[in-house]
Amino acid sequence: MNNVLHIVWLIPILPLIGFLINGLFRNSLSKSVAGFVGSAVILASFALSIFAFLQVKSGNTHLAHYFNLINIDALRIGFDFKIDQLSSLFLLIITGVGFLIHVYSTSYMHEEPSKDFAKYFAYLNLFVFSMLLLVMGGNYIIMFIGWEGVGLCSYLLIGFWFKNNDYTNAAKKAFIMNRIGDLGFLLAVFWLISKIGTVSYDEVFSATSLAKLSTTDITGITLLFFVGATGKSAQIPLYTWLPDAMAGPTPVSALIHAATMVTAGIYMIARSSILYSMAPVTQCVVAIVGLSTAILAATIALKQNDIKKVLAYSTVSQLGYMFLGLGVGAYTGAVFHVMTHAFFKALLFLGAGSVIHAMGGEQDMRNMGGLKKHMRITHLTFLLGCIAIAGIPPFSGFFSKDEILAAAFEASPVFWVIGVAGAMMTAFYMFRLYGMTFLGKFRGTHEQEHHLHESPAAITFPLIVLAILAVFGGFVGIPEVFVHGGHKLAEFLAPVFAQTNAYVSSHHAHEALSHNTEYILMGTSVLLALVALSYAINKFSKYQKTETASTGLAKVLENKWYVDELYDAVIVKPLRSLSAFFNNVIEKKGIDGLVNGVGKAVNYGGRQLRWIQSGQVGAYVLLMVIGMLVLFIIQFFVKNI
Amino acid sequence: MDIKAYIALSLTLFTTGIIGVLVRRNAIIVFMCVELMLNAVNLLLVAFSKMHAVSPAAKASLTYASDAQIFVFFIMIVAAAEVSVGLAIIVMMYRNTHSIDVNFLNRLKN
Amino acid sequence: MLGTYTTFPELLILVPMLAGVICFFLGKNNAAKNVALFASIVTLCISLASLCYADEKFAKYNTVSYIWLKYIGSTYLVGLDATGRMLTLLTAIGFPLIFVATYKNDYKNSASFYGLMLLTQAGLMGVFCAMDALVFYFYWELALIPVYFLSSKWGGEKRIQATFKFFVYTFAGSLLMLIGIIYVYLHTPGRVFEDGTTSAHSFSINAFYQAKLAVSDQAWVFWLFFVAFAIKMPIFPFHTWQPDAYDQSPTSVTMVLSGIMVKMGLFGVLRWLIPIFPAATKEYAHLIMILSIIGIIYASCIAIVQDNLKKLVAYSSIAHIGLMCAAIFAMNAISVQGVLLQMFNHGINIIGLWIVVDQLEKKTGVKEISKLGGVAHKAPVLTILLVIIALANIALPLTNAFVGEFMMFAGVWQYNHWYAAIAGISIILAAVYTLNMIQKVFYGETKPLTESIKDIALHEKVILSVIVVCIFMMGVYPQPMIDLTKHAVKVLLTINQ
Repeated sequence: MNNVLHIVWLIPILPLIGFLINGLFRNSLSKSVAGFVGSAVILASFALSIFAFLQVKSGNTHLAHYFNLINIDALRIGFDFKIDQLSSLFLLIITGVGFLIHVYSTSYMHEEPSKDFAKYFAYLNLFVFSMLLLVMGGNYIIMFIGWEGVGLCSYLLIGFWFKNNDYTNAAKKAFIMNRIGDLGFLLAVFWLISKIGTVSYDEVFSATSLAKLSTTDITGITLLFFVGATGKSAQIPLYTWLPDAMAGPTPVSALIHAATMVTAGIYMIARSSILYSMAPVTQCVVAIVGLSTAILAATIALKQNDIKKVLAYSTVSQLGYMFLGLGVGAYTGAVFHVMTHAFFKALLFLGAGSVIHAMGGEQDMRNMGGLKKHMRITHLTFLLGCIAIAGIPPFSGFFSKDEILAAAFEASPVFWVIGVAGAMMTAFYMFRLYGMTFLGKFRGTHEQEHHLHESPAAITFPLIVLAILAVFGGFVGIPEVFVHGGHKLAEFLAPVFAQTNAYVSSHHAHEALSHNTEYILMGTSVLLALVALSYAINKFSKYQKTETASTGLAKVLENKWYVDELYDAVIVKPLRSLSAFFNNVIEKKGIDGLVNGVGKAVNYGGRQLRWIQSGQVGAYVLLMVIGMLVLFIIQFFVKNI
Repeated sequence: MDIKAYIALSLTLFTTGIIGVLVRRNAIIVFMCVELMLNAVNLLLVAFSKMHAVSPAAKASLTYASDAQIFVFFIMIVAAAEVSVGLAIIVMMYRNTHSIDVNFLNRLKN
Repeated sequence: MLGTYTTFPELLILVPMLAGVICFFLGKNNAAKNVALFASIVTLCISLASLCYADEKFAKYNTVSYIWLKYIGSTYLVGLDATGRMLTLLTAIGFPLIFVATYKNDYKNSASFYGLMLLTQAGLMGVFCAMDALVFYFYWELALIPVYFLSSKWGGEKRIQATFKFFVYTFAGSLLMLIGIIYVYLHTPGRVFEDGTTSAHSFSINAFYQAKLAVSDQAWVFWLFFVAFAIKMPIFPFHTWQPDAYDQSPTSVTMVLSGIMVKMGLFGVLRWLIPIFPAATKEYAHLIMILSIIGIIYASCIAIVQDNLKKLVAYSSIAHIGLMCAAIFAMNAISVQGVLLQMFNHGINIIGLWIVVDQLEKKTGVKEISKLGGVAHKAPVLTILLVIIALANIALPLTNAFVGEFMMFAGVWQYNHWYAAIAGISIILAAVYTLNMIQKVFYGETKPLTESIKDIALHEKVILSVIVVCIFMMGVYPQPMIDLTKHAVKVLLTINQ
């Protein structure tokens, strides 16, 4: 209680207050007030997060217990916040990037009516609140509360322009796919409860609890958690919602669908790293799913023409890399990549938003081109972001991606080869995007060209800050080969993964890669990325619109491997026809038919028996006498009644 | 006297009553047959009462040897009430339909 | 005075009952409406007061027994225990909410309408307080019969058919239960009253608990009771009366039916089924859970293709009740606690949902989802409140239903993994039908029917806001409700050891 970190409850409460103010008074707030309130609460949270981070850095971690959510003999779930290295790092990313995106939004959303403007900020604040709950929670339930909360906000924000049916469809799809994952998460939690009767991290990861879990339990639990992660972090098979989610306003895509929410799965697995390390089968599954997603999404990104769609598939692909890192045990690397990715992908999305803003809502890259000279700041920052994501040293993406790939090489060289192929594609599609957008000649309408302009300061300022972070952010994790003790992030996170690392080193003989191998690996991947990059620039700086429809593989890629169609045919349609069958056949004809049948039978029987009531007094008396006789006969001749 | 003789007599009376009710259509005859049945039962009750009065258990009872006979009075009173109502109905029926044929009454059905 | 002359359960029953009788004699103006509202608020106050005297040492405030039919071993024994207190609270909260929400509705012959409504409330209160099987049966029917009249007189176009179905279903169930009660009664031990009267058997609840039925007898008497309760809940395949009845009844009656009356079935299982037939409960738990889970998935699937808004809510309710039934039969501390929590929360949520649906129907005149659209532009407040209530209905965290459903699923998982996993699919299906509904009704472009609708009036805003506040309070801090019912769980589980 006396710990200074006990006040961390303020960090999520502030955005909640912002949400309430903007939500309840959305009709009366002016745009500037709404934007100010929305951003200021996040800034305050950010300040508190820095405070928490510094405290943690000086060795002060804290588990704050506020009240009991559920307290019965069989189960106790507290409303707890756990502030340690991992959560404080995520706090910084969420509130920091979140603040920048709020500032950006004040300008980007300015054309909305003030009611919707306030609503937008209310949703955004609610999102930050949920995301903070997710990472601050001291047990899986608080995490789940945030987990579903961010899903809800994502739903609300994707469908922000709810007049458009396609947008609301995309929102619905996102929510439902997330819910599929959530079911996995919940089942994993139930499994934990039934085996060890607790969900709090400290108790679950304690040696006594872990001893109660068999290998099957751990594998099952981790696999189910991973199902939850595939939903939230858009991995195979539940990734298709993320590209559709681009229907939302661009800052939303930057915040939710690139920097924060989609990394929740990585956070969750990093948090449960000890469980995953104890389940090699799951780790293998995670690595393979991550790698496959990385490649699949990268191939699709090669042929997309919508600027946001390319970035969306790129996000899916980068998330795949993070899962690859988790799968091969490079937890620090994955978290590192979450961080750098948050910088450069938020930058790229915001840059794309700036472009879309300038183009008057146009998102098709075939109609862009030559924006370099019209939008200097956007162009420069975007270029830096592209270099960062392509993995060119010394930009931030290089360090984090390299750490994951090196770990993948240790696990299996095959992983590395495929991973590098994906990295090449990344470089290619990012510079295809860059080339088509900024280089060459403008291909849009005359009106659009006239309208082209650099965005206002509220948009360029976050771009500049993020660009700086994207360029230099990697220096917190310089690998050992360059500078001894250069990996500050690993040092910082060491306490979180101490238990896991101890377990891994006691179970597997571990040999670090020799420096020479590491140099060769790095050199190869950078070289290949450079080749892809220069090829893409060469090809797409002179891009011209063509009308010919693509064929063969290109067509398949343009149609995203037909995965949506496949899901539609295999899941959506059968479900609908099954439901219709239940409704029309079993419900109406079966059960209702049976019930009504009983009614009809009684009716029919009554109508037939009516003839006995003839009205003849004599007939009644006769029946009475016969009845009496029957009773007598029974009484006298049938014994034992 | 042997109880069987009473039973035989009362059965005969009762059967006569039933057959009368079943075959005759004249309401008054039907009515008299009903009375006949009631009296058959009365006769039987009195006979059994007399027969059971010799048992020691019955002697201990407060209403020694008179239970059934009291019942008979009840039945007679009920029968008297019934006759008064029944005859009134028959009279009303005759006034309305100028007939005392019971089958005529089936028009009540509709 | 309290405890000497009168007790909480008596007040809870008598206030609505007397007010109901008074209503019948009032004229055609608004008097009946106001009397009903006033009586229901008084009942609510009594119920809230009873929470303060829940302690053991106030026993004389909470139980009372009058000699009634002592020669057959029955007394008029009513009392409040933890479960009863929670459900009477739900009943007491529900009725004023319903009366205020439908205050603007004008009913033909409103005196009898409100009189019958209050009689229903008295019946419900009686069911939740009865500690004597005969009293229980009496109130069970008292709650049922006014609803029949309400629906058949003030309902929709097909009301006669729907209410007839409802009546036959539930009455068949009641009669089976009556046979069951008599059978168990014949196996109860004798009883001596204070004045020295003895009876060979007893209808009191304790005697029923002590009636040690042979396992072979339990096997079939169990079903007599269970079918009655299953029809009331309703559980697949006894549910087909429900969508029709919900669709055709006047909305305030539908709220009573779905919010409170279905709890009678669950309550019956908790109080009058499981403790009396422990062996049969264990034996048939699997069967009943499978039925419930089929019902959950089945009803959720049907809800997806429903075009009728009211039927959609009805099927969604069937799915939720199915989960509660499955959780009861899982019979462990977590699941039963979850059920007790959820019984209350489900009542609040579904009443809120019906209020919104009623508003929509009144404003547009249709209840087909496909004819609506774009309501969010015209009635933003209504939209927001509905979205919150609908999301609470699908158990989003921090809303009230989450804690209950979470505990129920966790409990079912402990009983059998696969049951929980399959029932869990309903989480996804619930999202599908709820979001479909929200999208089609509220989003998109406005349609001719929704072109001119107005947002809800102030008193409806207030009522719905009360519900929303309840939803969040119970969702963020459910512990008081857990504490209220914790003891009941223990008692139930010990009886059934």
